[in-house]
Order: sequence, then C-alpha cells, then structure tokens
Amino acid sequence: MSAPSRRRFATPLDFERGQVELSHGSGGRAMAQLIEELFAAAFRNPWLDQRNDQACLELPPGRIAMTTDSYVVSPLFFPGGDIGSLAVHGTVNDLAMAGARPLHLSAGFILEAGFPLAELRRIVESMARAARAAGVTIVTGDTKVVEHGKGDGVFINTAGIGVIPEGIELSGDRARPGDGVLLSGSLGDHGVAVMAQRSGLEFETALESDSAALHELVAVMVATAPGLRCLRDPTRGGLAATLNEIADQSGVGIRLWETAIPVKPPVAAVCELLGLDPLYVANEGKLVAICPPEDVDRLLAAMRAHPLGAAAALVGTVREDAHHFVTMETRLGGQRMVDWLSGEQLPRIC
Amino acid sequence: MKYIDEFRDGAAARGLARQLAVEIQPDREYRLMEFCGGHTHAIYRYGVQDLLPAGIRMIHGPGCPVCVLPVGRLDMALDLATRPNVTLCSYGDMLRVPGSGGQSLLRAKAAGAEIRMIYSAAEALELARRHSEREVVFFAIGFETTTPPTALVIQQAAALDLPNFSVFCNHVLTPPAIVHLLDSPEARELDAVAIDGFLGPAHVSVVIGSRPYEAFASGYHKPVVIAGFEPLDVMQSILMLVRQLNEGRAEVENQYTRAVTRDGNAKAQRLVAEILEPRSVFEWRGLGPVPRSALQIRAPYARFDAERRFALEPRTVPDHRACQCGAVLRGAIKPTDCKVFGTACTPETPLGACMVSAEGACAAYYSYGRYQEAA
Ligand code: SF4
Repeated sequence: MSAPSRRRFATPLDFERGQVELSHGSGGRAMAQLIEELFAAAFRNPWLDQRNDQACLELPPGRIAMTTDSYVVSPLFFPGGDIGSLAVHGTVNDLAMAGARPLHLSAGFILEAGFPLAELRRIVESMARAARAAGVTIVTGDTKVVEHGKGDGVFINTAGIGVIPEGIELSGDRARPGDGVLLSGSLGDHGVAVMAQRSGLEFETALESDSAALHELVAVMVATAPGLRCLRDPTRGGLAATLNEIADQSGVGIRLWETAIPVKPPVAAVCELLGLDPLYVANEGKLVAICPPEDVDRLLAAMRAHPLGAAAALVGTVREDAHHFVTMETRLGGQRMVDWLSGEQLPRIC
Repeated sequence: MKYIDEFRDGAAARGLARQLAVEIQPDREYRLMEFCGGHTHAIYRYGVQDLLPAGIRMIHGPGCPVCVLPVGRLDMALDLATRPNVTLCSYGDMLRVPGSGGQSLLRAKAAGAEIRMIYSAAEALELARRHSEREVVFFAIGFETTTPPTALVIQQAAALDLPNFSVFCNHVLTPPAIVHLLDSPEARELDAVAIDGFLGPAHVSVVIGSRPYEAFASGYHKPVVIAGFEPLDVMQSILMLVRQLNEGRAEVENQYTRAVTRDGNAKAQRLVAEILEPRSVFEWRGLGPVPRSALQIRAPYARFDAERRFALEPRTVPDHRACQCGAVLRGAIKPTDCKVFGTACTPETPLGACMVSAEGACAAYYSYGRYQEAA
C-alpha cells in the first residue's frame, strides 16, 4: 500500500501547542486534517487507507465474536498504560475470553474542545502500538468533539471482532461442581495503580497497571485444555463480580481460598490504606479460567509457562450451592461471603 | 505489608482458637459486645466467628457513627442541603442513609442540591476557602476518633475569620453510650440483652485513652478489653475477656498497646475541649436520648455552628415502620432477625442505616456472613 497523499493542508497540525477545536469534529477540512495527520498516520492499514465510512472485511471461517466497550478512565495516563492502550487491551480481551482470535477493531473518539493535541497524539500512538503488538488492525473510526467542560479530555469506544476456532465452546454457564477456578496472576494491579494516582498519595513502591492483551495466553490455554469451560477477565467489579456472574449463570457456588489468591504486597498495602478489598478492584490483564478437575494441573503449567500467566494459581473450586454463593475460606481459617459489590461509588478506573 | 499480615495469620488464629476452647467453661455462655462497627466488620470479613467456640456469643454494639445518627438529625442535614446557596460536605457513607419519606442526601443531590462527598474535614474547609460565594457546611459525624479533625477545622476557620464556613456537629461519645446500654431503665425496657463484657474501641481509645472506661468497669463490674481492629487483635481480646470472666475480674485491659495508652492523646483532647462541649442530651438511633453523650460547638465559636447560624430546629422523627435498626444497635436482635433483612432491606435498597455503612452490623452480615443462614 502506498503512503496516503490525498490531501495537503496549508499548515500541518501543531502537535506541540495546538488544541482540539470544535471544528475537528464538524466534518469539514479541520476534521479531515486531524484524521489524516493523526489517526490515519498512526493506525495505517489497507482498510483505513481507503478512507471509506466502513471497512469491508474478508474473515476466515469460523464463528465470529463481536464486542464493544467504552473507556472513560481518569486520569488518562497512569503507570503502566493510558486510555489508548487500555481501549485496545480491553476489547481484545473481551474477544479473547470467548476463545476468539481478535482481528479488527473500530475506534470512536469523543474529544473535549481544548484538549492538547500533544496528549491526544500520545494516546493515539499508544493505541496504535498496542494494536500492532496484539496483531489487530483498527479499520474504521469516528471522531466527535464536545464543548469545553462537557467531556473529560478524551473518551474512547472500541468495538472488535474475532474468529473462534472450530470446537471451542467457552461460556459462563458451563461451570460444574468440582471444577477448578484458576487465576492468571496477581489481583488489583490496574485499579490500584489508577486509584493511587488519583489519590495524590505518594507511594514508595511503583505500582503499575497490568493492562495487557491476553489472547495469546488464551490460545495456549485452549490448545492445552480443550475441555476448558469458561474464561472471563475480571475488570470492573474485580474477581468478586466475575465469579458471582459465573456462579449465577451456571447455577453453582464457588469457594475461594484467600491464601491462594496472589496479591502483590504493595497493592495489598495501598488497598489497606484506601480501604479497598483487592477482590473488588479492577484488573486489565488478568483472566479467570474454570476447567474440569482433571485439566487443572496441565492448564496451570501451560499458563505459568507464558509470561502473562507466570503467577497463575488455582484459587478455588466450583461447588453445588442452591444459593449460588461465592464464599471464601479466609486466611484466618474462617469463612466469608464474597458478594457483589453493592452501590459503592467507585471512581472511573476503566 | 508484613506488619499487617502478622495480625491475620491463620496459624496464630488457630492457636488462639484452641486456647479459647481449652479455657472456656463449658457450662456457661460468654456474651461479649464488640462496641465498634470496626470490630463487627473485622469479625465478618475475616470469618472470626467461625473460629470461636460455641459458648462465646458476640453481640454487635452501637459503635457505627452512621448507624446511630437518628433520622431527625439526617432530616436537619437534608434541610440544610436544600437551602439556597448552601454546599453541604458529607462523608460518603452518609449519602445513602434513608431519611424521612425515603429521602436521602444522594437523592437530594440528584435533584440538584449542592452536596459534596469528602474524605476529610480539611477538604470541607478548603472548599469554603475556594468558594467564598457559597455557604459551606461540614456535616460532621463520628465518635471521638473523628472529633479532633472537626475541632481543628473550626479553630482554623476562626483563625482565618472565614465568613462562609460552618459545621453541623453530630459528634457522639463512647463511654456514655456504654453506660447507657448497661444502665438506663429505658434500655432495659427496650429489652437490651445482658452483656458480660466489652471489646473496647480501638481508634476511639487512641484519642481518649483507656482511663474513661475504668469507672464503669468497676462500677458495673463488667470487664473491658480495648482491642485493635485486626482479626487476631479481636481473638486475643476475646481470650483476655474470657480470662477476666473466668477469674471474676472486671478490669480495663489494653490489648491494643501498640497504639493506646491509659491517658490517650492529650493534645487532641485539649483541642476538642477548647472548641466543643458536651450537650445536655442527644438522641441516638436505637438508644433514644442519652445524657451528655454528644458534643456541640462552644459559644465563642457560635458563628461556625450551623445549627445556630441557620436556626435549625431539632426534630425527632420515628424510624421507618419496618426498620429494626434500633434493636440491632442495642444488640437486642441479630440483623437476620429483622423481618426485612435481605428482602426489602439490602445494601442496594437500604431501609435502615445499619445496612448502609460498611461498619453497620446488617451490612457486615449481608456482605460477609449470609452464607451461615443458608448453610
Ligand atoms: S435489616 Fe435493614 S431495616 Fe432491618 S435492622 Fe437492618 S438496616 Fe434496619
């Protein structure tokens, strides 16, 4: 594909001091320039280069997985990522949790007038890097600009499609008593990194979001354990929400073992300080897998062999329970419920 | 983190549980009240109750500041929040507590009232400094732990001569509430249960020290053990109470020696005494009017007192008909004994305050302990 050279603009966008203006979303020349010099330049691929309002795609055979998610994280930049990389990882992961190979994304931007173009470029370039690294293309997009004070810098929506290989059937209603509950790594890294940044508190240890694309780990897992029942990424609402969903969908109970759940010491310390429970804190690069008991050891070994699953652990088991409760054996040796998060007003973390 | 883990260690907990099992006298029941919501929360969050022998019964006390504030005081706050030009600053926990007619601060906020959720008294003061055009009112609630920061912002507002800042003071006192639980004829008529001993507050005692409990420990012959908020603190303190009861002692003991002294924090006490003074009487949810159990702003600082500044009329409003928070707060019933627990009253749709605050017994039961009823 040759370099796009359709239009030339009198003066290039000022990515040092320039700002988003209402005209950047109005469908006129200014918008064309923003698309040309920023989005198209960063995301380059044959579909986008055609400059059509839609991408026409040839897909490999298999069932298609499709998903969409909107990203409103504040602050926009946090240790370990930014809203751009998050918008790619989050949607790629939603596809991956169906066992799909993610292929293409769309990207919709809602920009606030006055937002620095320099920061927008940082976000878009980070998004492009994340997409390249994940092997997905951003094939279509949209930009809208809202008045100053009516947005919070940048909101991003991404939708994605992927193809599910033959024979893979993952679903939240397939958990059965006796199944193992596996977690791919430590809990709470993303939410704590973002909230620590928001709180303005200084922490001695660097806290980093775990934001990452999980489809390659998933590919290894489905290859290793074809009997895998279900995968979920515990984002908003954390592990607690994810397991309660699965318990409800499958009509089972789940028992966790607190001592088996990996939480990094600095994350645990910040949770303590901010009054958070790591079970409820969002993750952006972790997954929960439910698999038949006979697959647990093999699956765990395969996960641990992958860099994104190095700290994977068996954290609980599926049980019969008419109430579909998720409970936990505490470190102390007692029991507690791990209920849905109730009505707490959490800040925007994803 | 190592520091925290030490107080949640499973092996140590099992050791304490074994010790308790050995030391309790099989033919008696130990009815122990944990005064503080913080203890209730720890007990359920860590599953402490599962480790206790059957003879030990934990009774949840009224030490949850959000829970004990009666509907009338909340209605006064709602009244304030809906006045023109007022910005009401409130701790987040308070926002969802139902007031009269199903109104809450959260609903008032959605309807347009200027209500800010804050994490500290200092934030409210800062807001007043930045918004000189608004009347900024800090909705102060809490036991002795949160009182010094409130006194401090009043002192600072006076030093700055801030014309637009005031405090709606609802600070309550622990020792009078404990005495009231044991003592008052009303409390007895209200079927308050017999209590053999108390787990004393952790953070409150950091401020007031352990001395204020001495008079009633000896006067009422009830042992008190001041207990930290970690689960092992709680277990260790229960063991200390059991030993006192077995030996017929009724003393104030301090398990939480890493933070509590006999005399407490003298500087904080002086600050509070300079700005605030006891009210002759204050109404508690569940306990009714309790003499000298709360604080008000002293006359020299009257201009920072929202009650005077806005001529707020005190009011007494009955709880929601179905709500049994009062009985829960007196330890007279368990949360699950309330008819609406888990049905009409859940954390999403709280009918009573005890279901709202993380320190409320009903919320702790609902969030952490419900599996027991189902088992
Ligand atoms: S269940 Fe609800 S109404 Fe009943 S005592 Fe608890 S908080 Fe009050």
